[in-house]
Amino acid sequence: MENKTELPIILEIKKISNDAEGIKTFYFDHTLNSKPGQFVMLWLPGVDEIPISVSVDTGDTFALTIFSRGEASDAICGLKEGDKIGIRGPYGTMFNYSEGDNLVLVGGGYGAAPLRYLAYEASKKNCQVDFMMAAKTKTKLLFVNELRAMKNVTLHIATSDGSEGVKGHINETFEKFIKENKVDKIMTCGPELLMKAVGEIGDKAGIQTQISVERYMKCGFGVCGQCVMDPLGIRTCVSGPVMNSKVLNMLEEFGKYHRDAEGKKQYFNN
Amino acid sequence: MANLTVKYLGAEFKNPTVLASGITGVTAATWRSVVNSGAGGITTKSIWLNEHKGHKNPTIITTEHWMMNAVGLPDAGLEKAKQEIEDYNKTKPAPLIASVAGGTMDEFIAIAEKMKDLPIDILEINISCPNVEGEFGLPFACVAPDAKKVVEEVKKVSGDKPVIVKLSPNVTDIKQIANACAEGGVDGFCLINTLGPGLFINIETRTPVLANKVGGISGPAIKPLAVKMVHDVYKATKLPIIGTGGITTGRDAIEIMMAGATLVGIGSAVYYRGLDVFRKVANEMNEWCDKNGVKDLSEIIGTVKM
Repeated sequence: MENKTELPIILEIKKISNDAEGIKTFYFDHTLNSKPGQFVMLWLPGVDEIPISVSVDTGDTFALTIFSRGEASDAICGLKEGDKIGIRGPYGTMFNYSEGDNLVLVGGGYGAAPLRYLAYEASKKNCQVDFMMAAKTKTKLLFVNELRAMKNVTLHIATSDGSEGVKGHINETFEKFIKENKVDKIMTCGPELLMKAVGEIGDKAGIQTQISVERYMKCGFGVCGQCVMDPLGIRTCVSGPVMNSKVLNMLEEFGKYHRDAEGKKQYFNN
Repeated sequence: MANLTVKYLGAEFKNPTVLASGITGVTAATWRSVVNSGAGGITTKSIWLNEHKGHKNPTIITTEHWMMNAVGLPDAGLEKAKQEIEDYNKTKPAPLIASVAGGTMDEFIAIAEKMKDLPIDILEINISCPNVEGEFGLPFACVAPDAKKVVEEVKKVSGDKPVIVKLSPNVTDIKQIANACAEGGVDGFCLINTLGPGLFINIETRTPVLANKVGGISGPAIKPLAVKMVHDVYKATKLPIIGTGGITTGRDAIEIMMAGATLVGIGSAVYYRGLDVFRKVANEMNEWCDKNGVKDLSEIIGTVKM
């Protein structure tokens, strides 16, 4: 039988950057062997353990970007360089693309974090990356200077209040762009209703669209059953988080509801 | 091609593999997907009358030998369970065993009564979860008079639904508990629940990894104990048994059936071999039967020569 183990290893936080209002990135010296789109389980002893997407992996270092929005993420954001946390993983599926593809990435809020990792890797593979980033306001934008400096990457910004880039919804910029340019694949991570709209636009244009889905998770390796999606019972942690829009079109709950820690349906606010 | 079909308390299972309670199993969609992966039957995650919160994460850790969990029986309560059971019943691809849990005798009776009118095949009373001890004290399955009492009371309110008890391995003499349940009128057993609880310490942080600190142990390491206890209960009561605890391969399943199990619960092996472990185990059982001249799997139940 395969030698399998799911236990956290303890890592020291080497560096912390303040990327945007309420959002920090934590850097670790460790070979994670992840691929863009995958996640780890981050354990803060005595507090909680939560799934977090990898926001960069250079081979000997990796980073996790965390948005303060609950007890666990608030506590993690209160940590300092030199503090220690536990990591399990990487887990889940990855974004798929080929050398030289024209990619459009649509990131909403802290959903831009895993797409940053993807942009680095795709750029190295000579892909042309058009990164569409949406945020409520300028101070919530992530990795702007870094992405602007990246080879083969063009950044497009939309903010709800118009404080940076186009004022309004990123989907208008996105839809116009894919009509006017040759696009091989679309990849998105962000609020579910944004991703649902991106998937619909991609499907209509006949472009393969890969979506990173967020669901409540406990184990991360397909056992606890918390992250399943109706009506197929697909486990997001092993069949996702990155799924093709064609698969998500069969998962009727996508864009409608998710399940909480007790398995109860929680509807998204339209 | 051997006949793998097994009858258990009036329900027909296309093969003896059953999803054990607590492993995935939160929604009707999952139950269907587990049946599509080859399972002969489904046990729900334990259903509570009212919403019950589980433990914080980390809740599950594993090594190649064992899994340890303290998920803590999270559930949204009866209304959600009704919706899922009714949804599953629209197509019902395999028998459904409803596992129910409670903190007190009254809660067990109340939830059992509610299950009476739902389209389930068997009622499994989970009186042996080691992960809610902090909340409710020693499980009923560890005290013979309590075990007997809960069975008696549940039988009074559960109509014509067969009632089985999930037994705990964390007892001095499981035969005594099984006999007490039999006196209370139980129809069958599912055993064993997880062992322990155990403790796993991360030596860098000097803290337990599980948020609940301790957790029930399952997986390959506990299989010899499960096989022994199934045999003990089979000999003591002759009531039909769902044997579970570390079953990972077709050989394991055959072994626990020879010890006395009619059905075989599979849980942790979903981690070790993937969701299609049910199909793999059933295929392996079939191959073994063919090689060994067994035409009907039911022939092997309880045939160990001791």
